Amino acid sequence: MAVCIAVIAKENYPLYIRSTPMENELKFHYMVHTSLDVVDEKISAMGKALVDQRELYLGLLYPTEDYKVYGFVTNSKVKLVMVVDSSNTALRDNEIRSMFRKLHNSYTDVMCNPFYNPGDRIQSRAFDNMVTSMMIQVC
Amino acid sequence: MAEPAVLTSADDQSTDMTFLFGIMELCGATRLGYFGRSQFYIALKLVAVAQSGFPLRVESINTVKDLPLPRFVASKNEQESRHAASYSSDSENQGSYSGVIPPPPGRGQVKKGSISHDAVQPRASADQQEPASPIVSPQQSPPTSPHTWRKHNRHSSGGNNERPLAGPGPFWSPFGEAQSGSSAGDTVWSGHSPPPPQENWVSFADTPPTSTLLTMHPASVQDQTTVRTVASATTANEIRRQSSSYDDPWKITDEQRQYYINQFKTIQPDLNGFIPGSAAKEFFTKSKLPILELSHIWELSDFDKDGALTLDEFCAAFHLVVARKNGYDLPEKLPESLMPKLIDLEDAADVGDQPGEVGYSGSPAEAPPSKSPSMPSLNQTWPELNQSSEDTAIVHPVPIRMTPSKIHMQEMELKRTSSDHTNPTSPLLVKPSDLSEENKINSTVKFASGNTVADGYSSSDSFTSDPEQIGSNVTRQRSHSGTSPDNIAPPPPPPRPQPSHSRSSSLDMNRTFTVTTGLHIHTGQQQAGVVAHPPAVPPRPQPSQAPGPVAHRPVDADGLMTHTSTSPQQIPEQPNFADFSQFEVLAASNVNEEQDDEAEKHAEVLPVEKASDSASSLRVAKADSKTEEKTAASVPANVSKGTAPLAPPPKPVRRRLKSEDELRPDVDEHTQKTGVLAAVLASQPSIPRSVGKDKKAIQASIRRNKETNTVLARLNSELQQQLKDVLEERISLEVQLEQLRPFSHL
Repeated sequence: MAVCIAVIAKENYPLYIRSTPMENELKFHYMVHTSLDVVDEKISAMGKALVDQRELYLGLLYPTEDYKVYGFVTNSKVKLVMVVDSSNTALRDNEIRSMFRKLHNSYTDVMCNPFYNPGDRIQSRAFDNMVTSMMIQVC
Repeated sequence: MAEPAVLTSADDQSTDMTFLFGIMELCGATRLGYFGRSQFYIALKLVAVAQSGFPLRVESINTVKDLPLPRFVASKNEQESRHAASYSSDSENQGSYSGVIPPPPGRGQVKKGSISHDAVQPRASADQQEPASPIVSPQQSPPTSPHTWRKHNRHSSGGNNERPLAGPGPFWSPFGEAQSGSSAGDTVWSGHSPPPPQENWVSFADTPPTSTLLTMHPASVQDQTTVRTVASATTANEIRRQSSSYDDPWKITDEQRQYYINQFKTIQPDLNGFIPGSAAKEFFTKSKLPILELSHIWELSDFDKDGALTLDEFCAAFHLVVARKNGYDLPEKLPESLMPKLIDLEDAADVGDQPGEVGYSGSPAEAPPSKSPSMPSLNQTWPELNQSSEDTAIVHPVPIRMTPSKIHMQEMELKRTSSDHTNPTSPLLVKPSDLSEENKINSTVKFASGNTVADGYSSSDSFTSDPEQIGSNVTRQRSHSGTSPDNIAPPPPPPRPQPSHSRSSSLDMNRTFTVTTGLHIHTGQQQAGVVAHPPAVPPRPQPSQAPGPVAHRPVDADGLMTHTSTSPQQIPEQPNFADFSQFEVLAASNVNEEQDDEAEKHAEVLPVEKASDSASSLRVAKADSKTEEKTAASVPANVSKGTAPLAPPPKPVRRRLKSEDELRPDVDEHTQKTGVLAAVLASQPSIPRSVGKDKKAIQASIRRNKETNTVLARLNSELQQQLKDVLEERISLEVQLEQLRPFSHL
């Protein structure tokens, strides 16, 4: 049910970003970019403790009028950002967590591919399919 | 592709040409003027729908599940079968290969108008003759399932699931002759020829399927997304069996395989070893394919996602590389014949598993957790557990005899040990518990299993695979020992031994609590430990959901929701399982001694204490609400035992109790239970107890039980809340899945 899903590398450049409504993509890109600040803030706040203790799921990063932005960071500082529609009230935190889990798993599978160079854009079809399944199905 | 001919043969079974036209309209072919792949798939699906007697509607495609595969009169003709196979593979193979597979192409079957069902029979007979019926009817098992065929079958059945229609698709088993495999393979590689001319379809009915699917496959290959449902997997196996002579374009011929193996050896001499990703990368880069395609090939072939290639995976990858170099497009999903399980062809089950697994993974909504480094999350596990358990929503609290007599204890022990080995997810139906049912949360399966106490405690069928169950089992045992009526001595129950049970501890604790009440805790330790941990996330469905009234317990839960629960801990030792005790005790009047224990525990929780021990136990039961029966039984038992006051719950437990006390009011269900308990309590007096001498002990135990009750009540409420959350999540996921399913092929 996400509207936009993005994978940001450690250096804060996007590895993968995709939004459902094809128009207004730039808006989502901008939202994701601004959310990176919040992510960094959360990481640093938790970062005092050991990395292991840090929770991967960051939760709601910030809500806007129409959308909510959720964040997830992996142990390698790769960030997954998800924008969901605020009107989708049925979406619960657990669902967001599970979606991030799936994203994380798919990302790991992409990483396992020896032909994928970390830092490249993610072009895996399997990853695309998984993301598609999570996006809002407006058809 | 022009499919009118296809449809004609396909619709042999359909009663009417009108159906055909209707189908053609629905799938959009009339609009387009031809049958594209998706139209074809939809048409096949509609054929299945029509054959099953459902109204022909667009929605039926998606809504009607478990349709039998459409029956097509399969021609015995090799050619046709080949075509059929290829077409079938193209079309919705994914359809539920549930069972009803079109019977083997009947010879001379009526093509049109024959009722599908009728046709089945003759087909079935006809089947035997054909090793590879064009129509895949999994029912037949070919005399032999050659290695290659299996691959084919898998391949074809897996088929093209780019559009995974929910309904069955015509399942044509592309049976290929093993021998012809090599040649077929060559032809496959060399030529993609367009689908055979349509007349083949027409003659479909009469010709025994034979040989290799050739050219069809090339076309279909690309679309083939091996969406294998579990059903299809099985049917695929069967089809394979049918000794079809179809060749799977993705089948690896023997020569090819030998070549691949040799190449594998150059990289990794040990055939059972792995090729690491880096070595594989270098090797395949030599093929000069673009990195993107190599990356995709890797994704397809690294089946277990471990970053290394086994021999099978390597062969699959190499095969895909070869295919790509010859101009074949890469499939979206790994073709069946390339699945790493290829080696085990002999075992249909194995093959079936593979496709099944693949199929499952193919579903868009579900990410196969095959290698998912999923974060541990309770929520995630719960739904999985729920799904896995047979009784997802029902957890039958297994009544545990709280006051275990020696015999009971032994029984419990036996049961527990046996249950420990049982699959936690299997519903513990064994237990004769009436309670159960409600435990949605993985009520401790083990409890259920362990608790199959002959005494008729209702066992909760909880599929909890939780460790709690085990713990509870253990504790149960203890409680049994403790609760023997003999020991009634009121000495303070020995501290619960298992303070450390982690999740199970909650259950255990319950048990111990309950046990303490009347049980004396011979085993002492065990129970104490149990109590110690209040619900550590007990998946147990403790909360009172137990709908099932405890049959055998007279008490039952009149209103108590049978907190089936989690009481897998039915172990008699769990006096805590207030659920049981609550219900049981009251109603059943000392049905079980064990229940006394529970009752006692419950009693603590419930404010109803005032009543006799039974009352207390009842309350306790309420808190636990899981084992209604148990509690009921135990309560009386406990009360009677009286003497064995609840062993002072282990320290941790105590803390919980306190918190629980606070929370007590929060538990709505408990209120209900309390009500019931009160009623039960009223009846309690009937429970015979050696009250006389145990007054003090009883009061002490009552106190303890109260404490336990509070803890348990809290635990119960927490668990119930978790259960609700999980259920909601599950529902939402299911809804999502449903939403996604129809669109997956679009």
